[in-house]
Amino acid sequence: MSATAEAPPMRIIGHPQPRIEGRLKVTGAAHYAADHHLPGMLYAVPVGATIAKGTIAAIDARVAEQMPGVRAVLRRGSFPALAAAKPDFASVADLEGTVYVDERRPPFDDDTVRYYGQYVALAVADTLEQAKAAADAVRVTYRAEAPEVDPALTAGEMTVKSERGDPDAAFAAAPVTVDQRYGMATETHNPIELHATIAAWEGDSLTVHEATQGVVNHRNVLAAMFGIPREKVQVISRYLGSGFGGKLFPWTHSPLAAAASRQLGRPVKLVLSRPMMFHAVGQRPAITQRIRLGAERDGRLTSLRHDYVNATSLLDDYEENCGEATPHMYATPNLRVASGLAKRSIGTPTSMRGPGAVPGLYALESAMDELAIALDMDPVALRLKNEPPLDQGLGLPFSSRHFQECLTLGAERFGWARRDRRIGSMARDGLTLGWGMAACSWLAERFPCSARVELRADGTARVAAAVQDIGTGTYTIMAQMVAEALAIPLSRVEVALGDTSLPAGPVSGGSMMSASLVAPIQAAITRAGEALVALAAGNPAAPFAGAKAGALRFAEGRVAAAEGNRQAVPFDQLLRALGQEAVSGLGRAEGTFPPKEKPTHSKHSFGAHFVEVTWQPELARLRVSRVVSVIDAGRILNPLAARNQIEGSIVMGVGMALFEETDYDPRSGAPVNASLADYVVATNADAPAMEVHFIEYPDTHLNALGARGVGEIGLAGTAAAIMNAVYHATGIRVRDLPVKLEQLLG
Amino acid sequence: MQGFAFQRAADAAAAIALGAGAGTAQQGARVRFLAGGTTLIDLMKLGVETPETVVDINHLGLDGIGRAADGGLAIGATARNSDLAHHPIVLAEYPALSQAILAGASTQLRNAATTAGNLLQRTRCMYFRDPASACNKRAPGSGCPAIGGAHRMLAILGTSEHCIASNPSDMAVAMLMHDAVVHVQGVGGARQVPLDDFFLLPGDRPERENVLEPGDLITEVTLPPAEPGARSCYLKLRDRVSYEFALVSAAVSATMAEGRIVTARFALGGVGTKPWRIPAAEAILAGQAPDAALFRRAADLALAGARPQRQNGFKLELARRCLVHALTQVTA
Repeated sequence: MSATAEAPPMRIIGHPQPRIEGRLKVTGAAHYAADHHLPGMLYAVPVGATIAKGTIAAIDARVAEQMPGVRAVLRRGSFPALAAAKPDFASVADLEGTVYVDERRPPFDDDTVRYYGQYVALAVADTLEQAKAAADAVRVTYRAEAPEVDPALTAGEMTVKSERGDPDAAFAAAPVTVDQRYGMATETHNPIELHATIAAWEGDSLTVHEATQGVVNHRNVLAAMFGIPREKVQVISRYLGSGFGGKLFPWTHSPLAAAASRQLGRPVKLVLSRPMMFHAVGQRPAITQRIRLGAERDGRLTSLRHDYVNATSLLDDYEENCGEATPHMYATPNLRVASGLAKRSIGTPTSMRGPGAVPGLYALESAMDELAIALDMDPVALRLKNEPPLDQGLGLPFSSRHFQECLTLGAERFGWARRDRRIGSMARDGLTLGWGMAACSWLAERFPCSARVELRADGTARVAAAVQDIGTGTYTIMAQMVAEALAIPLSRVEVALGDTSLPAGPVSGGSMMSASLVAPIQAAITRAGEALVALAAGNPAAPFAGAKAGALRFAEGRVAAAEGNRQAVPFDQLLRALGQEAVSGLGRAEGTFPPKEKPTHSKHSFGAHFVEVTWQPELARLRVSRVVSVIDAGRILNPLAARNQIEGSIVMGVGMALFEETDYDPRSGAPVNASLADYVVATNADAPAMEVHFIEYPDTHLNALGARGVGEIGLAGTAAAIMNAVYHATGIRVRDLPVKLEQLLG
Repeated sequence: MQGFAFQRAADAAAAIALGAGAGTAQQGARVRFLAGGTTLIDLMKLGVETPETVVDINHLGLDGIGRAADGGLAIGATARNSDLAHHPIVLAEYPALSQAILAGASTQLRNAATTAGNLLQRTRCMYFRDPASACNKRAPGSGCPAIGGAHRMLAILGTSEHCIASNPSDMAVAMLMHDAVVHVQGVGGARQVPLDDFFLLPGDRPERENVLEPGDLITEVTLPPAEPGARSCYLKLRDRVSYEFALVSAAVSATMAEGRIVTARFALGGVGTKPWRIPAAEAILAGQAPDAALFRRAADLALAGARPQRQNGFKLELARRCLVHALTQVTA
């Protein structure tokens, strides 16, 4: 922990801070997107296709159009066709110019239906109830075709993502091997806040309140679809009832609401229903993975092959990047990672918390457990044995990797040494215990970001950026950064975010937001200090009259003369002396993702999960009872929020391992369990006792504070650790998630 | 959701008179009584229920819980599930009923849901709940996509080729075990229906789920006095710990003397198109010493004739284990 000891002590950063907007949220004063009501606002309810593949033969809206309060039933041709946004994923590295969507087809673009629930019409009325009644009364006839629903995922061709050595020959020669397939069901994000759009036009300007994880990208996509300058579009998302990636990129309901608003000349509110949350707003797709491991008898990996295929929609090639962590996780001279896609009649998949590495590490860490058993070796020892000296995939040193310490500290905290390796050999209170573990990793990168900081004469400061707080604590982190730098209390910092009228910021994705904000906020404070110094130097009435600007310095919120014994003057006192209300500065920093040039280091966070399950074979009753997680994510800015992220991820991992599955009807392709009663997520009662430890080695390759992200890494590896524990308890290796109790009945 | 008229009935007679115009008291009723609304409003939003008139019966004074004339329990039709579960008589004399109610839904739902509403709650079959889908129960003659589709949660007993929808109630399983009687007032006067006769099997008319006719108003449910010395419990097995319908459940009760079972009774939930009770299966337990093999034979008798589908065959074994475990608990 020497790195921590060397870092300067901090008063606010690194200390637990309750979220500054918490009171607004729990008292209902925080207005989420759907909470906004505009004068003259109309309500829109989409009509979703009730087939998964085919064409629209006819839409009969005569009854609906005559119903009370109904303003219009829009469909293809009801308004000028929207342009495709021409998405480019690399553009997310472009602070002002990012344009990305996962579902590329604009709404109502043709009469082809490609998935169940695809919007085919939109009822707009004076009240929500009238719009819903009208939507229900629209009669759509289809020419249905047999949908692509085959649950067996096979790809036409595989693309090699990473390769070194000769993995085939090494596998063939290995004395110990594992060759298994691992499946994962489709998962739907299910944030409690439904997707919502409130669109209002004023002349040729569009304002949108949107439940989005990326206001700037959303603005740019809408501008592109409507063919108007970005300056004419404002997107606002001040609070988010979580997104889990489902709100990262725009979906078709948003331009639909905007088109309806323009067509009808009134503001339009469109809030999806819970069933619609399973249709046209993305999901983590079904995935099948094959892991082949070859090892020497001492446990050294000689070959690692990772092949994965995910379902995607008929139009869009969404790749679940399952091999993200595979090339760097363990040392092996021979490796190949390859991916493929299987086209299905489903809505376009999208990022869901930890896209890629989370399912990928489920497979890899399950296979590592199987290898440990094949070697008759402790699974912690197996991982320690295969620590790589560098990222062998990129051929780069790690910026900061303390994976072995995660393993050993986690094992110690969990009591792993007491584990009896024999199946079903451990018990407590009449319950069989299973102990399992798995590793996790998540990338650590930055997006480009800008921010403005204003210093005010009343002693407060304001920090503003067009970023989002998706429930993870960005408001508080931004306030902490400013309060720390200015040496003022947290309560004196006002935070403005979630509005494209503010300095541009990136999407809240990839656990990159905190790391992305460090440099621009620091730069903005520096610029504001320079402005203050310039004012002070030039003003004869001020405490520093006559001093040259170069002789004054701004630090910790105070201006002081570089020489002499002049006392440092706090910014508010100086502003009052100068008769100024405020000074401000704009900061901007470039990102590292997607990389524009070859990086110098491999930047990742690491961790290890240790899991206990209880098993009651006579009732096939399985519970996750205890989890210890050790996370190596650099400096932790807010331990309270960070622990909350890891604990939330672990509970989500319980859902992934045991419950979550979007159930598509094998004939119609409809997601049939489209409700919170039938799509089973973990409840509070399913949450285990959790111990989260952060080992804090600031990673200053990423930013000056040395902070990496913590929003996703906690989900990586969790399902594998649970299933490894299930095997230890039951002797049954389930390789398709979620495990169902009938698979364990014996 | 389609528009509807909302009325508050002045008294039970007025409610019955309004209900008499419903056409049917089953699927497709034009008039629906509104108690807690936890099923009805949900299904109206989904477009599964489309009543023209909704009649509020919450203020009719049908919410009492107390001693019945025979010393048993009288439960008002609109008594809230939470109030019933926490009632001192229920906790002391009918613990399985309290446990069953508390194993169901969520606190918020139980605070709103009522006795009669719970008995009349509809199946959770996902095809029934989706008007875009075929369903013989919702749209008679349209077919049953659950057979051959997603049916892991659905019934293995009492099914027909037209419908395999499971009854989702926990409360009704415990009430059935306790020989509950449903009190109904209708156009032709009052009548009492044993709970086992109240529910109908789907057969070729799955849209008919119970014996209610237009205008029929459930006023109360009575339980006979609990057997002195009986121990009872409700065991519910499901995927997650809370807020989920049963895969299988069992309400059991037994009295013991000198190490032998004197009387035993049980009912099963989650497996049938209605709460499932087979007296002949209970009968083999009387006079016997408690024993897992004996309990398993009783379970096999109760589950005789089960017709599982591709996804829910596990319910047979799970129901056996559930019953064995519950009977072992109350006879230990």
